[in-house]
Amino acid sequence: MLSDQSVIEKPDASPPPQIYYERAAKKPVVSRKANVSTKMNANTRWVELIYLVRDAEDQNAFEELFRHFAPRVKAFLMKSGADASMAEECAQDVMATLWRKAHMFDPSRASAATWIFTIARNRRIDVLRKERRPEPDELTWGPEPEPDAAEVMELQQENSRLVQAMLDLPEKQRDLVRAAYFGELSHSEIAEATGLPLGTIKSRIRLALERLRHTMK
Amino acid sequence: MTEIKHHLNDQLLIGYATGSLPEAFGLVVATHISLCDECRARFEAFEAVGGSVLEHATEGTNLSEVDFGATLKRIAAGDQEKLAAKPAKPGVFPSALQEYVGGDLSAVKWRPVGMGVRQAILKTRDNASVRLLHIPAGKAVPDHGHAGMELTLVLQGAFRDDHDRFGRGDIEIACEDLEHTPVAEDGMDCICLSATDAPLKFNGFLPRLAQRFLRI
Repeated sequence: MLSDQSVIEKPDASPPPQIYYERAAKKPVVSRKANVSTKMNANTRWVELIYLVRDAEDQNAFEELFRHFAPRVKAFLMKSGADASMAEECAQDVMATLWRKAHMFDPSRASAATWIFTIARNRRIDVLRKERRPEPDELTWGPEPEPDAAEVMELQQENSRLVQAMLDLPEKQRDLVRAAYFGELSHSEIAEATGLPLGTIKSRIRLALERLRHTMK
Repeated sequence: MTEIKHHLNDQLLIGYATGSLPEAFGLVVATHISLCDECRARFEAFEAVGGSVLEHATEGTNLSEVDFGATLKRIAAGDQEKLAAKPAKPGVFPSALQEYVGGDLSAVKWRPVGMGVRQAILKTRDNASVRLLHIPAGKAVPDHGHAGMELTLVLQGAFRDDHDRFGRGDIEIACEDLEHTPVAEDGMDCICLSATDAPLKFNGFLPRLAQRFLRI
């Protein structure tokens, strides 16, 4: 599994203490054509940056996350029906929430994009629909212990596969899924968006939950 | 965790992941997910799809920058305290439900609806409605005539219908054409959380049995 990494790792790079702290991928590659392994590096890079925000309140790390995700959050909100100024306000809010809730990000269960999506979605329900969103009991690792690095790696990898599988969907189905996540479909219309190519991501998350439950006892 | 046999379907989980489920159903889904890691994992997988949608959200649009400086000011102006994770509250009800009730089981303000059955309607801001039901052990769940879909989650005790048993954490998804007479099991009163997507008709509501007896 590590062989993908070592190919692109610079020879002078010092051995990383943990997989997601490796310094090889300075700039995440986000080209549409990027293959799964390049995207995985982007994914683990985001994890590393969120950890830096969490542990060191690192503003450079935050800026790198911001430059990538803030425009996406804004576009997501505009496609969900917000006008430009409301989307700007909300996107700032969402990114500020990332800073303040960095300690609650669990990379053994979600990618950075997934986590940021959930913050943006909740903001949309709050601001656009003016509804309250009942949330399940939170399950977090707390200060100690942290999720296992190998499990984080596998989940992030699985997530990259999912992103690729979504890109490979027929255009019509992809549009339907997007419409569902932009909040454009009613609950009954969503029935047609089921049957998504989730792969084994559910099993990965299930394992992480089991481990988490075990540590919570 | 108790062993849960009856789960949420994909449609409900995607609806909750995309944020398009009415609040009343959202409460039942959030409460079930709090009790069921199997559905939590499926739900989080559907959130991962949302992550992939976000990743490509700028497609077909001009990439519009967001004001970084303004965001930093927002962070500086905000409460410096980190938002702590809320630990799950102990009790019969998961946290989401406790917030709507204003406490655990003992805080519910029950009202009788006949035949020993009691209910408490919880306040939500949309057309769908959600309520708690208290059915005495051994008694039938009154026929409450719902249009549309009804979601029922067992929180304490159990009920049975002709086909199945529903215990704590189990969820029953019923369409309007489902004809059944669930009965609370002996031994323990049954507490359920139930959401319907049609307005409730509860005033003057009488269980079918009483209606038959009184010939009204």
